[in-house]
Amino acid sequence: MPRTPPATQVRVVTLTIDGQALSAREDETIIEVCRENKIPIPSLCWMDGLSIVGACRLCVVEMAGSPRLSAACSTRVAEGMQITTNSERLQRYRRTLVEMLFAERNHVCSVCVSNGHCELQWLAQTCGVDHVRMPYRNHAYDVDSSHEMFRVDHNRCVLCTRCVRVCDEIEGAHTWDVMGRGSDCKVITDLARPWGDSDTCTSCGKCVQVCPTGALVKQGTSVGEMVKDQQFLPILARRRHIR
Amino acid sequence: MSRTISIEPVTRIEGHARITLQLADTGEVEDAKFHLTQFRGFEKFCEGRPYREMPALTARTCGICPVSHLLASNKACDDLLAVTIPPTAEKLRRVMNLAQLVQSHALSFFHLSSPDLLLGWDSDPATRNIFGVMRQDPELAKSGIRLRQIGQSIIETLGGKKIHPTWVVPGGVNEPLPEDKRDVMLAMLPEGLRIAKDTYAFFKNLVPKFKDEASHFGTAPTMFLSLVTPKGNLEHYDGLLRIKDAQGRIVEDMVPPRDYRRIIGEAVEDFSYMKFPYYKPQGYPRGIYRVGPLARLNNAEACGTPFADVALAEFRTLQDDTGPVTSSFHYHYARLVEIIYALEAMQRLLKGEDILDKRVRARARGNRYEGIGVAEAPRGTLMHHYKIDDEGLIDWVDLIIATGHNNLAMNRSIKEVADAYVEGNNLQEGMLNRVEAVIRCYDPCLSCASHAFGQMPLAIELKDASGQVVDRLVRE
Repeated sequence: MPRTPPATQVRVVTLTIDGQALSAREDETIIEVCRENKIPIPSLCWMDGLSIVGACRLCVVEMAGSPRLSAACSTRVAEGMQITTNSERLQRYRRTLVEMLFAERNHVCSVCVSNGHCELQWLAQTCGVDHVRMPYRNHAYDVDSSHEMFRVDHNRCVLCTRCVRVCDEIEGAHTWDVMGRGSDCKVITDLARPWGDSDTCTSCGKCVQVCPTGALVKQGTSVGEMVKDQQFLPILARRRHIR
Repeated sequence: MSRTISIEPVTRIEGHARITLQLADTGEVEDAKFHLTQFRGFEKFCEGRPYREMPALTARTCGICPVSHLLASNKACDDLLAVTIPPTAEKLRRVMNLAQLVQSHALSFFHLSSPDLLLGWDSDPATRNIFGVMRQDPELAKSGIRLRQIGQSIIETLGGKKIHPTWVVPGGVNEPLPEDKRDVMLAMLPEGLRIAKDTYAFFKNLVPKFKDEASHFGTAPTMFLSLVTPKGNLEHYDGLLRIKDAQGRIVEDMVPPRDYRRIIGEAVEDFSYMKFPYYKPQGYPRGIYRVGPLARLNNAEACGTPFADVALAEFRTLQDDTGPVTSSFHYHYARLVEIIYALEAMQRLLKGEDILDKRVRARARGNRYEGIGVAEAPRGTLMHHYKIDDEGLIDWVDLIIATGHNNLAMNRSIKEVADAYVEGNNLQEGMLNRVEAVIRCYDPCLSCASHAFGQMPLAIELKDASGQVVDRLVRE
């Protein structure tokens, strides 16, 4: 779902989220309204300033009258909507999703450079993941440390594709892509060349800053030292739209 | 008919191990083996990881002495960076290492070994633990717990966490020491020193009582390996390697840690997951040596702090002749001397003018393909050796853990104690406790994860040659 620039004239709709009567612009998504009103919904692939892929499903919500769950990031608000963001069923699903992310790759928080500053870690705490109930795959993934300034550790990647989108939509370089299928998917640079050999990478570091985990990090950081600054993204995105 | 006695698990040590005693037809001990029964695999699974992860990764080897691994690993990484870290960073690292020495030695002496020393080798195993010590001598038990707390608190004050702090990084430490934290640490040290001195005085008077044990607990001649300062004094963080033989003659001196492979070889045996390092020029297994507090004090000319030097002089009188103190029983004594040294040395370092200096980190990239870091862990000399590729990913790892250095000596010691105390035809619990106790002298850190004090079940079986159990003692 491409990000649409704010229209000059839009209707305002009224809706209920967790029993709270709210009004919102009709071009807003549920997650945007929730964020504006400080209603917590976990999310991973969604990021203010990037297009929407609705991939992680952590932001699913219940809508009155619909048996299906809807992703809050990719569903626009509508008049009269009644939304529940935090039922027991949603908590169960979210916890399972986070557990599956941990089981799929090798997220060893204690030795990760992003320890203490990691969105996946924070999500696990928020969703009550005190252990993982499914077997770990324990598949070893590559570490590409060929770039002068940055490193990608596929063991820590959750395939949120934030790096792919920020590189394409904000930086305009489109260095990143996704290769493979299913659990063999991995983010790649320049048709799977080592990052250090990439002709298109501008070394801007936006991909590193938006990465929610320790998958994309700066070289030279030790455990717990990789603190990411994501404030630049919504500012940059809005300025682009204004221009 | 030959029989085998199996002591499994060995209690009040860190980690999991088994002892087997092979008895001859006459009931005499024919052979004794110390088996490390768990496998960790750090040297293998670290391959492929960025070298900057190594300090945190390898620190997970141990919950008791993570600081030792953190320091040895960071020193190996400093070597990869090819940097000299700022002097203040080195001093701060030294303080953390000494704090670790205090807490680990306190754990070994008070929590793990004092039940034997205070309550007796033959006392009821149900109460022969730290809780038994609390009942018998509450002040001593409280002192031990407080001393360990002081060590742990200093680690926490410096690194933010008591266990697995990440404050030490390749190139130095990641934050300078604020004045208020320095003052907090300095305020704790006088109490620690008072406890350490009182305990030392108490134990010094107790030692004559254990003359028999001291003459059988690992007295066989071995060499001693440790780091020393360039002047030959006691050293725990940096320095050069020294080896003395059983007569006190210097065999190797001022060996740069970078050259450790010239003097140390590694052998393996099929009965244990622990390596058997040996002194290369003498070959395996003749090149037996010991490390740890006993070796450090035997190798050092002096400690370099006032009260510790007095205690060191008294330590040397434990040996009748002028040679090194050979009985492994005196590891306990050496530990108490080192606790005093560590507290005095921390006071000196923290009162230093530049300890609050803001320049505490050197920054660089991997500039060498190979890095070696050696430091003295509480249990002995700890060696980390890494090789990296062009991208800074680990290609190869060699870890020689302090307890590993003592492996040959521990095996020899249990044989010696078993010869002296175990009667195969009349098995008594107290006999086998002495066999365990000699292992406790070395304070082995096997998995570095388990801390049971006399509460783990212990089953000792006598089997005939066909494997039939002929006698069994069980401690629940």
